[in-house]
Amino acid sequence: MKPFSILAACAGFACVSAIAASAAETAPDNVTHDDYGSVAESLTGTAGDAASGATIMTDRGLGNCIACHEVSALKDAPWHGEVGPTLDGAGDRWTEADLRGIVVNSKMVFDGTIMPAYYKNSGFVRAGDLYTGKAAPADLPPILTAQQVEDVVAFLMTLQD
Amino acid sequence: MAKLNITTAVATLALLGGTLGASADENAKLVINGDIEMVTRTKAPDHVPFDEIRSGWTFRTEETQVLQMDDFDNPGMIFVDQAIDNWNTVEGSEGKSCASCHQDAESSMQGVRAVYPKWNETAGEVRTLAMQVNDCRENQMGAKPYKYDGGDMAAMEALISVQSRGMPVNVAIDGPVSETWEQGKEIYYTRYGQLELSCANCHEDNYDNMIRADHLSQGQINGFPTYRLKNAKLNTAHARFKGCVRDTRAETFSAGSPEFVALELYVASRGNGLSVEGPSVRN
Ligand code: HEC
Ligand code: HEC
Repeated sequence: MKPFSILAACAGFACVSAIAASAAETAPDNVTHDDYGSVAESLTGTAGDAASGATIMTDRGLGNCIACHEVSALKDAPWHGEVGPTLDGAGDRWTEADLRGIVVNSKMVFDGTIMPAYYKNSGFVRAGDLYTGKAAPADLPPILTAQQVEDVVAFLMTLQD
Repeated sequence: MAKLNITTAVATLALLGGTLGASADENAKLVINGDIEMVTRTKAPDHVPFDEIRSGWTFRTEETQVLQMDDFDNPGMIFVDQAIDNWNTVEGSEGKSCASCHQDAESSMQGVRAVYPKWNETAGEVRTLAMQVNDCRENQMGAKPYKYDGGDMAAMEALISVQSRGMPVNVAIDGPVSETWEQGKEIYYTRYGQLELSCANCHEDNYDNMIRADHLSQGQINGFPTYRLKNAKLNTAHARFKGCVRDTRAETFSAGSPEFVALELYVASRGNGLSVEGPSVRN
């Protein structure tokens, strides 16, 4: 009886986002970071898929993480940048909650960092519509979906020393 | 992130038979036509928060660098020739060409590029070179203005820049321009777009680092207009600003907007002391 419960959610909240996102999904504004910036709770309740996370990290329209970070496990994809530290061993250095906090909004962990916030959809100066140079739509989505964040975190956890 | 052009990178790669273009010799000297010596590295002016300013040329691969060392190899020079024709062409209601008032660009335009953008007392405004060209077209020639970042304008800027090649950029930052300069500085440090990146994040904090396939420079404009191998044409500074702001997933300002005029003044002043290089060659 899944369709019914989604409809019920729809009555109380904004219908469009309630249908697009699953009922358990945490919206960008509702994510809680602890004092260290970590986010303990999964954004979706669905385990992340590390293989998908690897794709997201190399895709220039999605995470494009390797624009700034070197990741030995992703060496099949060309051109790794050197703006950020290498992510080799990141899953050893950080807990899953830390990594989720960093991907959601790294500025909560590293004050003033150059690294973009991947699960944030407001509070920008002149936000644009992707790479068109045009103004963003009113309902600007975050760079990554909640599940894509979980996928990236799952991949990062595989980066053990 | 920056929309990086893998196709260009891969094309270069193929040319080099499979190895990444050797990073240029840090201390290579830029001498054009075996004659004009360029200052590509020098002590930073006081208003720049690091020690040494460097031309974008010093960050390019040797293959790109050599293209700027001889005017026969520099594809930007073709546009200089085109602009000479425009310089001498009568246009507009007044029956005049640029040459009617300024005679030979070679003598009358010497040193001009080096001090722009600058204050125009009569108009009471900061003027970029492009604004001055269009002011002449509209008010002296009665001709239509060029598109601010279009091909004719880029070519005309190249013709004018060439007459100052090798002279140090020397843009005033105080007096009547100071307010505009401050505005430009604020824009330089504002983190725009969904990626929340400022010019400074890339060109001050990370110059000399690779961002994906791009070797980040200091984002200097002493080489503008630049011929880019990537789009095979001359590019104005404002077109480059637009591209960089767009790459932060931001709504850009338009070419010729007051914001970009202020930004141009500020960025130009960060290059005070580097040689005027336009038209330069970049990837
Ligand atoms: C524009 C550059 C940039 C991009 C893009 C970027 N990062 Fe970062 N990242 C940084 C920098 C710089 C740091 C170091 C923190 C600091 O001091 O600012 C960092 C730190 C991190 C860390 C902690 C590193 C450690 O081991 O100590 C992780 C994990 C991380 N980033 C993951 C990611 C992931 C995953 C993505 C893409 C979804 C990404 N980053 C995209 C610049 C970037
Ligand atoms: C996401 C990183 C990023 C940001 C933010 C950024 N740029 Fe750039 N910019 C680049 C890259 C990459 C290049 C090409 C390589 C180079 O010359 O640095 C470039 C090139 C340039 C150039 C050409 C330099 C030359 O010698 O040809 C200028 C000028 C420039 N940027 C100015 C700016 C200004 C002004 C801003 C802010 C409005 C800005 N950039 C913001 C990444 C960035």
